[in-house]
Amino acid sequence: MLDISPAEWTAILLSLRVAIIATLVATPFGIALAWLLARKDFWGKSVLDAFVHLPLVLPPVVTGYLLLLTFGRRGLVGGFLADHLGIVFAFRWTGAALACGVMSFPLLVRPMRLSIEAIDRRLEQAAETLGAAPFKVFFTVTLPLALPGVLAGMVLGFAKAIGEFGATITFVSNIPGETQTISSAIYSLIQTPDGDAAAGRLVIVSIVLALGALIVAEWFARRATQRLHGN
Amino acid sequence: MLRVDVEKQLGEFSLEASFSSQGRVTGLFGASGAGKTSLINMIAGLLRPDRGTIVIDGETVDDTAAGIHVPTWRRRIGYVFQDARLFPHLDVAQNLDYGRRMNRLASDPAQHTRVVELLDIGALLDRRPGKLSGGERQRVALGRALLSKPRLLLLDEPLGALDEARKLEILPYLVRLRDEANVPMVYVSHDVAELRQLATQIVMLRQGRVTSFGGVKVLT
Repeated sequence: MLDISPAEWTAILLSLRVAIIATLVATPFGIALAWLLARKDFWGKSVLDAFVHLPLVLPPVVTGYLLLLTFGRRGLVGGFLADHLGIVFAFRWTGAALACGVMSFPLLVRPMRLSIEAIDRRLEQAAETLGAAPFKVFFTVTLPLALPGVLAGMVLGFAKAIGEFGATITFVSNIPGETQTISSAIYSLIQTPDGDAAAGRLVIVSIVLALGALIVAEWFARRATQRLHGN
Repeated sequence: MLRVDVEKQLGEFSLEASFSSQGRVTGLFGASGAGKTSLINMIAGLLRPDRGTIVIDGETVDDTAAGIHVPTWRRRIGYVFQDARLFPHLDVAQNLDYGRRMNRLASDPAQHTRVVELLDIGALLDRRPGKLSGGERQRVALGRALLSKPRLLLLDEPLGALDEARKLEILPYLVRLRDEANVPMVYVSHDVAELRQLATQIVMLRQGRVTSFGGVKVLT
């Protein structure tokens, strides 16, 4: 079997923690945004849509640098958060989670939006005629019906977050035990003369995690779809 | 009691209807495109009139002059759609219970039993809507609407999607509903035979206008 060293375990566990936190925090925002984009027409909607997709097309190093400018200790938002709430992103694992969350956000939102768009709105009307206020309609009909897309978005976002590299290393650097995720650990290892074996082990772990996420996503989506089709 | 006096412009189509009904079952009769569904949707609050008033059971739910428009979910109506619209993610029992939960009504096992027996849906309770026949679905939809304890039950061609045999299967339930459930109904249909059996009053619509109003005799 793979003989994973403690240092490698640290990177793996950190990656998992960063990706899980990034996904969990991004999900409510993702659902809200997906709903907004699927259902509402408002001024500046296409600009918002483009903005959300920006991390997908910008060079990750640019996104990471912008995060550093904004959320760094001397950044506008980062300074405020550090001084008033004691939340620090720069060179911390929380910053890695923020970078991963931002980078994976477009992938997380997309399936959610598609599934909300696919909902038969006449079911929501039916709920209204039965006395459900709009927010209750959302939580008892819209959200359960969008569940396959929400889960698919979460898994996809997670898979992207766990592999994120460019923005993370730019924003929070590559500190073992704090910000060194699997990707940045591999990057360091392949630059060290005898790091090939360790890098190889982490590469296998990456592949297993990514494949696992895809299989889980598929399984969730199939189960949820079956549920929704009334079987 | 239901009083309707509304105007609505929908693209090229203009709807102007005024009637007041005390009947247990008010039949809205007319060919397709006569404005029946638009009218019932206005009563439900799903569509907002351009001008006019709607009064359900003494409460003004729409009055454009006074700026009143009570949202659908506060109208305490029940609505049975042609396509049932059961919630696919809930089983039959949960579908039936939905209106009670949303309106925060205390559970009423006696009424529940009565409705389930009236509609003969006891054997379906733990099934999913996807596993029901068209007729069963429509019966569950009726039960779901009734159990939300509406003061007015709206039915938009509830038999429209069913074949002849299924229609004959459901009609007796609707007659029992009329005679036993004690909820006034508005029943939309283009089928004369159906309305003859069910309605106590008829509003006849043609191209967005009420052409006659009265007892079932106007259907001849």
